[in-house]
Amino acid sequence: MQMLQSSIGRKLVMAATGMCLVGFVIVHLLGNSSIFIGANGINAYAEHLHALGPIVWIFRVVLLGLFGLHIFFGIQLTLENRAARPIDYNQKKNIRTSFGAETMIYTGLVILVFAVYHLFHFTMHLTNPEISVSALPMDALGRNDVFTMMILSFQKFFISSIYVGAMVTLLLHLSHGVQSLFQTFGVLNGNTLPIMEKIARAAAIVIFVGFISIPVSILLGLINV
Amino acid sequence: MDLTLYVWRQNGPEEKGKLEQYAAKNVSPDSSFLEMLDEVNEELIGEGIDPIEFDNDCREGICGTCGCVVNGVPHGPQEKTTACQLHMRQFSDGDSLTLEPWRAKAFPVIKDLAVDRDALDKIIQAGGYTSAYTGEVGEANQTLISKPDADYSMDAAACIGCGACVAACPNGSAMLFTSAKIAQMAVLPQGAIEAAERVNSMTEAMLDAGFGNCTNHYECEAACPQGISVKFIAKTNREYVKALAK
Repeated sequence: MQMLQSSIGRKLVMAATGMCLVGFVIVHLLGNSSIFIGANGINAYAEHLHALGPIVWIFRVVLLGLFGLHIFFGIQLTLENRAARPIDYNQKKNIRTSFGAETMIYTGLVILVFAVYHLFHFTMHLTNPEISVSALPMDALGRNDVFTMMILSFQKFFISSIYVGAMVTLLLHLSHGVQSLFQTFGVLNGNTLPIMEKIARAAAIVIFVGFISIPVSILLGLINV
Repeated sequence: MDLTLYVWRQNGPEEKGKLEQYAAKNVSPDSSFLEMLDEVNEELIGEGIDPIEFDNDCREGICGTCGCVVNGVPHGPQEKTTACQLHMRQFSDGDSLTLEPWRAKAFPVIKDLAVDRDALDKIIQAGGYTSAYTGEVGEANQTLISKPDADYSMDAAACIGCGACVAACPNGSAMLFTSAKIAQMAVLPQGAIEAAERVNSMTEAMLDAGFGNCTNHYECEAACPQGISVKFIAKTNREYVKALAK
């Protein structure tokens, strides 16, 4: 419990939950990429996921817990850090930090709002029920037609722009977060930190390009029903 | 050269402060930043205006007493340089300089640019000590320390405690200062006895004093006149994990 009051303890919680969430994001991206194989790819993937039954629910609860801790301590630490400088500078020039690092709380909150929208859209079918799997006919093999749902969704420019916009904030968040978590775990030294900063930025860009490739490909008509 | 100064004037910790405009005329490019302020103060005294209060002591860049934020950068634009070692040749004729104190809740303004840095001493008091042998004087080289460890410790010990890291940190955190003080002892056999307590008590004292938390902006390293590396923050994080396991 003392760890959850300590400055470094909470930083470790941020890093550990952040690392798990990055892991989830990568697995999610790999799963989504099955859309490039076609309807057979992503519909089979969705079918297999649902077939896991209770394991899916355990996974969801753990994920929710990780998100909860990450958000709670993120907000708490941000408020403490703001209180540490009650009178701001008239002029302050930052030399080393990045835009991503300075906007962590904002990009984090945008990602939270997006995650809720994303669940409403693809999991609960609340925002666009007319093109959700529950409204669409089953595919030829009697599976939920996730493939068609994604295509009909991302063919709408508005929905695609929400997803691409959210991925820009994820890019910013990860561009600081990934290298920061390695520094927090204490595995870096003066020589490896600059290298890790570059690797982390490259990883954030790869994840960003990976995610937006789906709505962009659909908008450009490269993937079609 | 002639400069325009915008200087933070504040009469005491509880008073409200504001920027005042002053002219620094005929400044020699060879004078130091503090000498320039001395000359401005001479003028102000002549005009019956309260001189600008600023911290200074050795004026050799080793004591860590001086420092103010010059145009948004602690100790001014020159890398790895204290305000007293900053020379006016770093500026150009006609420049405007905004001078502000270190801004942090833990550093209340005493007057103008002078701040109270007792909070850093509180962090040292919380764990910046080692147990000492009180028997007879031992052999001088009895305790063996490897050269890399001695160098590492000395690099951390180069911290002069000026507080520029706090001033530069977007979170007003004293993590670079605190971790330098933890790391300098962490690699030495003398520091081993209190190692686990030290990392906990010093970081706790940091929060208690009103400093923020480190979020790895690395602004501290960029502002540090001694070039203290953020690798000591990573080291402190490792020390914390080791202490958790105890």
